Amino acid sequence: MPLQPAITDVAQLKDSPAVSALQSAGLVEGAKFDRDELTIYVDRAAIRQACEILRDRPETRFNFLSDITCVDVFPSEPRFEVIYHLLSHSQKDRVRLIARVPGGDPSIESLMGLWPGVNFFEREVFDLFGVRFLGHPNLRRIQMPEEWEGHPLRKDYPVEGYR
Amino acid sequence: MILNMGPQHPSTHGVLRLLLEIDGETVVKCIPDIGYLHTGIEKTCEAKFYQQVVPLTDRIDYLCPMTNNLAYCLAVEKLLQLEIPPKAQFIRVLLNELTRINSHLVWLGTHALDIGAMTVFLYCFREREQLLRIFENVAGQRMMTSYFRIGGVSLEPPIDFWKKTKDFIDKFPERVDEYEGLLTQNPIWVERTRGVAHITAEDCIALGATGPTARGSGIDWDLRRDMPYSSYEKFKFKVPVSKDGDVYARYLLRVQELRESNGIVRQAFDGMPEGPVRSDAPKVVLPDREKMKTQMEALIYHFKIVTEGFQVPAGEVYQGIESPRGEMGYYVRSDGTAKPYRVHMRSACLANLQVLEKMVVGRLLADVVAAIGSIDIVLGEIDR
Repeated sequence: MPLQPAITDVAQLKDSPAVSALQSAGLVEGAKFDRDELTIYVDRAAIRQACEILRDRPETRFNFLSDITCVDVFPSEPRFEVIYHLLSHSQKDRVRLIARVPGGDPSIESLMGLWPGVNFFEREVFDLFGVRFLGHPNLRRIQMPEEWEGHPLRKDYPVEGYR
Repeated sequence: MILNMGPQHPSTHGVLRLLLEIDGETVVKCIPDIGYLHTGIEKTCEAKFYQQVVPLTDRIDYLCPMTNNLAYCLAVEKLLQLEIPPKAQFIRVLLNELTRINSHLVWLGTHALDIGAMTVFLYCFREREQLLRIFENVAGQRMMTSYFRIGGVSLEPPIDFWKKTKDFIDKFPERVDEYEGLLTQNPIWVERTRGVAHITAEDCIALGATGPTARGSGIDWDLRRDMPYSSYEKFKFKVPVSKDGDVYARYLLRVQELRESNGIVRQAFDGMPEGPVRSDAPKVVLPDREKMKTQMEALIYHFKIVTEGFQVPAGEVYQGIESPRGEMGYYVRSDGTAKPYRVHMRSACLANLQVLEKMVVGRLLADVVAAIGSIDIVLGEIDR
């Protein structure tokens, strides 16, 4: 199969219920349809609102949060991309939300109020990337030892040798 | 009283540490503490070529290596938009279901052992040995198989692989009857499991539980059926669902899955298409040994793939598949070079572990052991 170029024009993606639902609330910063997967960029301040809309609207109903992860795009800014994978059991569809977080103030709102199951995922992102989730009741390291210094999955953290 | 269960406790299936606050025999609070097996696989992946990541994925979940191989290969193939020949897809499905049987057998054996039924363990490991021999036959390794490659599988399976598989699937339904004969109607087993560690469907959704843990509570969701990958849409199978939400329901459901998986293996065996087992993409897939030694082109491609890897067009994908424990997802991002920019594994067990607290609070200490067994955790996958 030849690789199709990604669709990055939000106007062309209007047909997707997820894009139109977020568009009506004015939350879409950008969107991408690449390799059959839909990605929507949202502002970090609006991540909770965006997830709530996608979860509760009858036309989207992304009722399940599969995963939260993060990518460090060091040295460019905003440095972190916090990535949410939502799944809809009824529509059999997935959507990816990306919120960009600056390196100077790596923090984003926690989704504990929407899905209590984000607990371990958010703790893992905090542990390995140092992104703080505001409103998380128990934001401690989960994989690394409590007294560990640094966040291993950041790109400026060496793969081998001493820090 | 605070009781420290683990990390070296036989019924925690690895190095899980549970901080249990108990009042007499009743559990008041349960805090899982993980990270004892953290090896930084996600970081290591960023320093490897795409094809060198495949053996690392085995180490994540050592009970179902092929499932992890498949999820990673599918993700990279999606990035490359590579088409896989039908025979390779069928072999992948066949081996994946054998792996599921293997994983469920270890689960059944150890879970029964935790609760006190010793015999089942010996029965299960008898069949598991047969499966490990099949894996050794096809991949050269019993446990860390690394048999799948980006673009297909590594080699055509040897001739006696087919015979061994046939022997196994013919006898296996009787074996499942044997396990069921030991447990399903056994009053002690029923007493220890029925109504124990109950969890509702709403809690499963809220806490991110997937796989048999969620299906045991009535969530009718299986990625193999609902979002098919690797030609699962060509197979007929039932997805067992139970509404009871207790340990006994999850036990019955996994036993049913053993039978269904055996059926899928049989369908893959009978309907195995002819053709190549690797896709025709010389820049990605290693050439045949014979060609490499006789043709200049093939030799050059081989040299280039081994020394500098292959470049993957920039982009990001998420591929979720149904592992024996639930949704195993791989998120792979490429920046256009020969090494992945980021590989993230969505671990089914990590999310499933979060339901443990709901299951055990307010119940007896002895039920904690049954509850841990019933969510079937693998610590290698949780900690990565």
